[in-house]
Order: sequence, then C-alpha cells, then structure tokens
Amino acid sequence: MIPELGHYALVLAFGLALVQAIVPIIGARSRDATLMGVAAPTALAQFGFVAFSFAALAASYVVSDFSVLNVFENSHSMMPLIYKLTSTWGNHEGSMLLWVLILSLFGAMVAVFGRNLPASLKANVLGVQAWIAAAFYLFILMTSNPFMRIAQPPLEGRDLNPILQDMGLAIHPPMLYLGYVGFSITFSFAMAALIEGRIDAAWARWVRPWALAAWMFLTLGISMGSYWAYYELGWGGWWFWDPVENASLMPWIAGTALLHSAVVMEKRDALKVWTVLLAILTFSLSLIGTFLVRSGVLTSVHTFASDPSRGIFILAILTVFIGGALALFAWRASLLRQGGLFAPISREGALVFNNLFLTTACATVFVGTLYPLALDALTGEKISVGAPFFNATFAPLFLPLLLAAPFGPLLAWKRGDLYGAAQRLMWAAGAGLVVVAATFAIMHGGPVLAPFGMGLALYVILGALTDIAERTALWRAPWRTSLQRARGLPRSVWGTAFAHAGLGVCLIGIVCESSWNTERIAALKPGATVDISSYQLTFDGVTQRAGPNYRELLAKFSVRHAGQAETIAVLEPAKRNFPSRNSSTTEAALMTRGVSQLYVSLGEPNEDGSISVRIYHKPFVLLIWLGTLVMVFGGGLSLSDRRLRVGAPKPAKAKRSIEKPSLQPAE
Amino acid sequence: MTLWMAFLLMTAAAVFAVLWPLSRRRDAVQADPSDVVVYRDQLEEIARDRAAGRIAETEAEAARVEVSRRLIAAADASEPISSKPVGPAGLWRRRIAAVAVLVALPVGCGALYLAFGSPQLPAQPLAARMEPQPAGQQPVAELVTRVEGHLERNPDDGQGWEVVAPVYLRLGRYADAVRARQNALRLLGASAAREADLGEALVAAGNGVITADAKAAFDRALARDAKDVKARYFIGLAAEQDGRRDDAAKIWSALAADAPSDAPWLGFVRQALARVGGTVPAPAESPNTNMAAPAAPGPSAADVAAAKDMSETDRNEMIRGMVARLADRLRTEPADLEGWLRLLRAYMVLGQREKAMEAADDARRAFAAEPDKLRRIDELVKGLGLAG
Repeated sequence: MIPELGHYALVLAFGLALVQAIVPIIGARSRDATLMGVAAPTALAQFGFVAFSFAALAASYVVSDFSVLNVFENSHSMMPLIYKLTSTWGNHEGSMLLWVLILSLFGAMVAVFGRNLPASLKANVLGVQAWIAAAFYLFILMTSNPFMRIAQPPLEGRDLNPILQDMGLAIHPPMLYLGYVGFSITFSFAMAALIEGRIDAAWARWVRPWALAAWMFLTLGISMGSYWAYYELGWGGWWFWDPVENASLMPWIAGTALLHSAVVMEKRDALKVWTVLLAILTFSLSLIGTFLVRSGVLTSVHTFASDPSRGIFILAILTVFIGGALALFAWRASLLRQGGLFAPISREGALVFNNLFLTTACATVFVGTLYPLALDALTGEKISVGAPFFNATFAPLFLPLLLAAPFGPLLAWKRGDLYGAAQRLMWAAGAGLVVVAATFAIMHGGPVLAPFGMGLALYVILGALTDIAERTALWRAPWRTSLQRARGLPRSVWGTAFAHAGLGVCLIGIVCESSWNTERIAALKPGATVDISSYQLTFDGVTQRAGPNYRELLAKFSVRHAGQAETIAVLEPAKRNFPSRNSSTTEAALMTRGVSQLYVSLGEPNEDGSISVRIYHKPFVLLIWLGTLVMVFGGGLSLSDRRLRVGAPKPAKAKRSIEKPSLQPAE
Repeated sequence: MTLWMAFLLMTAAAVFAVLWPLSRRRDAVQADPSDVVVYRDQLEEIARDRAAGRIAETEAEAARVEVSRRLIAAADASEPISSKPVGPAGLWRRRIAAVAVLVALPVGCGALYLAFGSPQLPAQPLAARMEPQPAGQQPVAELVTRVEGHLERNPDDGQGWEVVAPVYLRLGRYADAVRARQNALRLLGASAAREADLGEALVAAGNGVITADAKAAFDRALARDAKDVKARYFIGLAAEQDGRRDDAAKIWSALAADAPSDAPWLGFVRQALARVGGTVPAPAESPNTNMAAPAAPGPSAADVAAAKDMSETDRNEMIRGMVARLADRLRTEPADLEGWLRLLRAYMVLGQREKAMEAADDARRAFAAEPDKLRRIDELVKGLGLAG
C-alpha cells in the first residue's frame, strides 16, 4: 500500500503544481488578492505531498520492497541500512524525485518566510516555481516513474552501483541538488520581475540570501563530490574537467557572479537588469547540467540510465524554460527601472569587474564542455577537450579575479580610492612576494609557476584579512580596542573575509597538489618496501574478507618514517567485489598527517603473486576542500547576518565634484 | 479498501489546500507595502549602524539622503490592490477556479494515477515475505530464490546444488540445472548417479537431443557403474536417435531384464523398447504382469522437455514426427489397440482427417476378429466425428 500511496501523492503534487502555476498568476494579473493567496497554501501542500511521496519511496527501500521496480533495480537486502536509505536517490528516478522535493521545499520556504513580500511578487514567484515543478513532475511520471511495480517480485534486488555504496552518496547529491535547485528561486524571482515589469526593493532583499544559500550548498556539493571522486575512483585526482564536473562548475561560477551582483543591487539599487539576467543564466546552467547528466549525452558514474526519450523530454523542458526566460528578458527588460550611478573605481566597479571575469570564465567552461558534444552530434568527429584547454583559458581568467578580490572590500561604495586600497594591500603583496622567493629557494625544481601560485594564494588570504585589520584598526589602536571593534563588526564583513580567504586556502592546496605531488606505481610482493617522500611503506601481504554484500581483497601496508623502525600507521587499501552486480570497486587507503595525505590504491593482482599498487604523497591536498569549507563558512556568516544591507555611499567631496560628470550609469 | 480511503483523504486534503484560501476573504484594501516598508527599514538600519559606530556620520547622512529619495518615489508609485472581486468578473474568476479545482483535481489526478499506478498490488517488504509460511503455500519460485540466496553465500555447499538441480529441471531452467549438476559433481565428487544426472540435465538443455557432452557424461557414469539405470536408458535413447534401433532395443531389453519387477521406471523402459520394436522380456519373477505392462507409449521425458522450449511450428513438427513413428510401428505390429486409438486422436489433433479415416479402416482390419475391440474403435470414430 505504501508505494501506491507515494505514487498517488506524487500525482497529487503534480495536480497542485498545475493549480499553483495558473491561479496565482491570473490573480497577479488581475490584482485579485484572493487568487494570489492560493499560491502559499498550495505550495505548502505540494511540498507536503512530495515529501510524503519521497518518504514512501525511502520506506520501500528500507524494507527492501522489491515489488517496486526501482527498489529491485537499485537495492539489495544485504546492504547496510544507511546505503538502503541513500540508494533512494542513488538512481535516476529517485534522484529526480529528490530534485522535485527540493524544488518544492524552496517553494514552501518562500511561502512561509515570504510574508513581507509584495503579494503580487510572491504570487508570481510561486507561480513560476510551480511551472518548473509541474514540468519535472510530468517528466518523472511519464518517463522516470520511481513507483513502477512488479507483480511477481523477485526475492533479491540487483544491488546499488558499488561505487555509490559510500557515505559520499549521503552528502554529495543532496547538497548539490540544494544548490542547483536553490537557484530556481532566484530564477523565479527574475521571471516574476519580468512578468510584472518592475523590480521591487523587496526583490533585491530577497534574491541575495537565496542566491547565497544556494551557492553555499552548491559549493559544498561540488567540493564533497570532488573529495568523493578523489578517494573512491582510485586515481588520486580531485578534478578532471570532466563534462559532468563542468556541468556543476558552470552554475557555480554564474552563481558566484550572481551573488556579487545581488549585493550591489541590494545595497546600491544598481545592476538590476544584469542581476536578473544572471539569475536566469545561473538556473539555465543548472538545467543544462541536469540535461547533460541525465540525458545520456554523457556517460559517467552519474548516468544512471540513458534513455533517449528522457533526454528529449529534458531537452524540451530546457528549451521552453531557457528560451522562454531569455525571450521574456529581451521583451521586458527595458521596462525595468534603471538603477543608481557609480564611478568605475568603486566597490560597485570592483563587483562589475568580478562579474565580467566570472561570466567570461563560465563561458570558456561552457564552450570547452559543449563544443566537443556539439561537434560529435553534428559531424560525428570526436575530440577531447581536457585539462590543457581549461588550464590555458580558465586559469588566466581567474588570475585577475584573485588579484582583484582583496581590493573590492577596501573600496568605498559609489566612488573609491584605488591608490589608497593598493597602499593598504602592500603588506599582503609583500608577504606574497616573500613566499614566492622562499618557495623558489626551498623547492628548487617543480613547475616554475608554482611559487607564484603560492605567493598569490598568500596574498589573497592576507588581502582578505586586511579588510578586517583596517576596520578594527589593528596595529594602530590598542589590542583591546581592536578586539572590541572586531566583535562589533557585522558578520557580513567577516563572511566576505572568510570567503575570500577560503579561495586562497583552496589555491594553496591546488598549487601544492599539482606541483609537488609524488607518485610511485609498483608491482609489489609481500615484504617489499617502497620509499615515497619521507615515508617508507612495507607491503605485509593480502587477506580476504567478507563484507555484508561484497568480498574484499585487503592489502596491508605498514608505514614508517624513512630510516626509522617504528610503524606510524597501517594502511589497508582494498578491492571489493560485488557478486550481485558482478563489478568491483577500489577502496583507497589514506593516511592524513596535518593537511597532507598518503594515498594507497590497489591495482590488479599479477600472476607472479605480486600486486600492482599506486602510492601518492599529496602535500597540503586537504586544503583544497578545507578552503571550500572556509568559503562556505564565510557564506554562512553572511547569511546569518539578518541586517538589511545598505551600502553607505562615499559622499562626494568638494574637490571630487569635478569627477561627477564622469559617473557611469549602472547599466 | 483502506487504500482507496487513503486516496480519498489525500485528494480531499489537496482540494482543501486550494479551496481554503479561495474561500477566505482577504482583509480590506491594503496598500502594496513592500517598497515603502523596505526603504523605511533601511533608514532604521542606517540609524542603528550609525549608533553602533559602524559607519561615520557623513556616510550615514549620504545613505539617508539616497534612501529617502527612493522612499518618496516608492510612496508615490504604490497603488492599492483589492481583495474584493473587482466587479462580477472577479467573482466569476474565483468561482471558476473553485469549481475547476473541485472537479479537475480529483478527476485529473485519479485518471493519471490509474494510468500509471498499480493499486491492486500490495506492498511486499522482504521481511514479511521471508516469514515462514505453511508448507505447500509457498510458491516454488520463492523457495528456489531462497535456496539460491543460500548458495550465493555458501557456493561450496554441494548438497544445496544437488537439491536445487531437479527443481530447476522441473521449472524448465535447464541451463541452471546443468550448472547445479556440475557444481554438485565438482563439490561432492564423481559418482555414477551424479554423472548420469548431469547427462540428463544436458539432454534437457539440448532440447532432448543426446549431445556429445551428454553422451560423455553417461559413458563416465557407466564406467563407474555399468548397471546405472539412468545412464543405460539414455545410452539407449542415444542409439535410437542415431538410428541404431536394434542397438537401442538391445540396451533397453537388457535394462528391462535386469530390473526388479516393481521398479517404478520399468514401464518407461518398456514403452521405449516398444517404440524401437524390441521384444519385452517378461520379468520372470513378476507376479503381476498387467501392472508392469506399459499403459501407453507416451513421449519420453526428454521429448517433453524438448517440446517445452520449442516454437509452435517446431513443436508441431516434432509431434508429426512422433505420429509418423507411431504409424510406422502400427504397420509392422498392428495388434496394439491403444496405439491405434492414440494415432486416431493424434491425426484429428493435427487436422489430418483423411489419414484419421485411413487409420480407422486399418485398425478395423487389424481387429476384424475381435468384436469388443472393434466396438471401441467405432466408439472413438463416432466421438471424433469421423463416422459418416
């Protein structure tokens, strides 16, 4: 009975989404408060039904109800409970259900927290949100129904893809979806503004926190996905410029740009049209990501089942929403009120700079990802656009961004003092140069650019902290005063500093990992010893072990410091074999010392009794992910700052009044 | 019934979620507050920031001026929205919306669900299905799956393979049967019986044909025990399939002669023997010859197994072949009443009415001297609608 209730709840959610997509919009057009009032309760009910539906599917997984086709195909009665639960979204159908669950969750949140939104804006936002939801409900019901049944259920399921039997599945997809789908709210806000032909002041207040929340989740989702790939795929790599990764990176970059332009809009009433466009683009890129991953255009661990009918359906959704949104933008954007004015050198100017480079970087990723696919589709020619392309295009675009990031917070709103900001950043830049020199001196060797990368990273971190130091009058005032001031600083200021510093932390990790990573690949017999970095690994032999639904070949390595007898760690990398899927996974073993890691991954056993082993020493590798966590922490600080954001403009001084004619219109 | 009640309640909840806000009267005319409210909040925020010392007085003043300017513009622009229907048109809109939701939501959702859903299927959590059920009520398939689960975990359990093999054979899963027999053979060690069992599975998997593999298995069985019944029977069958009917007859005769009189398979061997035209040796010590006599030479187990996997045309072909064999045999030894009767029915099933009439005439000729047998033939002819 439970699966059928879940199925019917999903159908009801679809019905309610249709109501929500039509009635409030008519209400907003005819300015009828009663019809507009339908939006919020419907959104809540819709969320309730999807949540019930999702819970029903999850329950079917937990009790191994193989009469549900989806459960039969992706679960196994012997799996640990946590994996039974996570397999709910470890497959195409279930993950689409999670997608709409989060979509309706965001709708419900607008309904609950949006009390102070203008009624017509709220009605339109929820209406647009329901269009998206209705399209995806239909997609799920027609092509990807997770509640299909088997009349004569088998007694055992086909098991979850072994690579997905990991804690990563509990974190990565929900986070990523919260990010992807979170941008649907900013999209709905943008569409509502275009439908109404005006942008309320409340609009700006709302878009920033939503964009920020979605951005935080997306950052976490991508970061955790990267770490998961790092330890699960056994290659020791953390980013492959794989199209699927790029599909998530593109909305992230666009979302980062949106976040920054939304700040300008909220604080300064400027960049409105641009923000609307970014909001549309960000969610469009999320949809494109969904399409790339779910249509079978790409084959990867994310492609659960490629089915042309699904691809065409998603392509249709994509075309209607992106095309419709851009058409609406072209038609209605001119109605939106122009915003405030600012000088090119100002906080606003710095954020425009940020937006410019971020969108360009996003465009290069877009081209690098889609060009090979388009070429393949049109001419059948297969080319591979990999790391070299992205390193040659993406990195130079990020360089000015990183150089400029510390400047932004130091510039005043409306008109800034570039020279003054540069002066204040001298310390950070100086420290960066010292690090460049020191790195050259210590490492002699390695890529030439690596020391500069380290210097740049330190400059970014210190530059971010310079803003805090300035505001608290650190060094200039007594300690106590500075501390007091630091406490008094708005959390949003701390948030900016943390987010920017996180970027630097991440960069250190990236530079170190890619420059001073050491690698040994060897075929080892028991008793053999390998030296790597300052460690010595002894291969003690292999054992067999049985897990709940797999058998594993476990190799034991004892790790010592080179030249010492004491074992500091025992590493047990494994190869797991899952008979129910007839496939195997590689479980890398990691030893963490500080933020560096020793990484051991097993290859195939050879006929002469030896086993192929890949061993890496990755200095500072954890900083890559810790940096993103710092960024997310910064985002969280800023989000928790419930104050209204008002950017106090720098008043025009008498001597500056001559510059006034040179002020640029915002758009 | 509870399922439909639940559906009804859920539908009611969904409809209520829409009708409730539609039925509510919104409080009087309210000005669209948002812009003005936001700017007023911003002014308060500036005052707070100034008080907390976060911004300097000059900056605060500049911000105040800007926000106030926007506030004035917003206050001028805001227009009221009404909750009362704007004339009869508005009332109609609400009514249409209410009726549409009341009707379309349940009907549409019901139709959509019935198109995709399977309300007749109960949930089947594994734990509930695994609870022991009264013997005989558990479907064979579930038992098999359970044994398979056991073998999955204990693939070295030879007894388990031996138990499941004949079940596979009965279920028509011949390839699995072969695998199970091979595993049992490997794990429990070779014996005449196991080799013969493997051969039998191979024959079934080969659509009833004694393949080289199967023949080798029977030969191995006989090497271990020259008296093994199953192996001898199939070796005989192999001879028959090779067209060496005399050899087959010889093998089966020997088999029948060795058999204890109450062997359950004796009838089977006699049928086979009769098929190749061998003489049935009377078991000397048999007290009850009638019982031992073959009731009717039916198709062999292997034949049936073969027929199962065949396409319709192949199966008809095979039946035709069997009928032709029967007809041949009756020509040489016409004293078999049951044989004639079976041939008559077979021709009718195959739609060969002419041949059925001929066969009826032949049968009457063969039993011309025995009126009671003639009567049975006439009865059947009448029953089949051949007479007249």
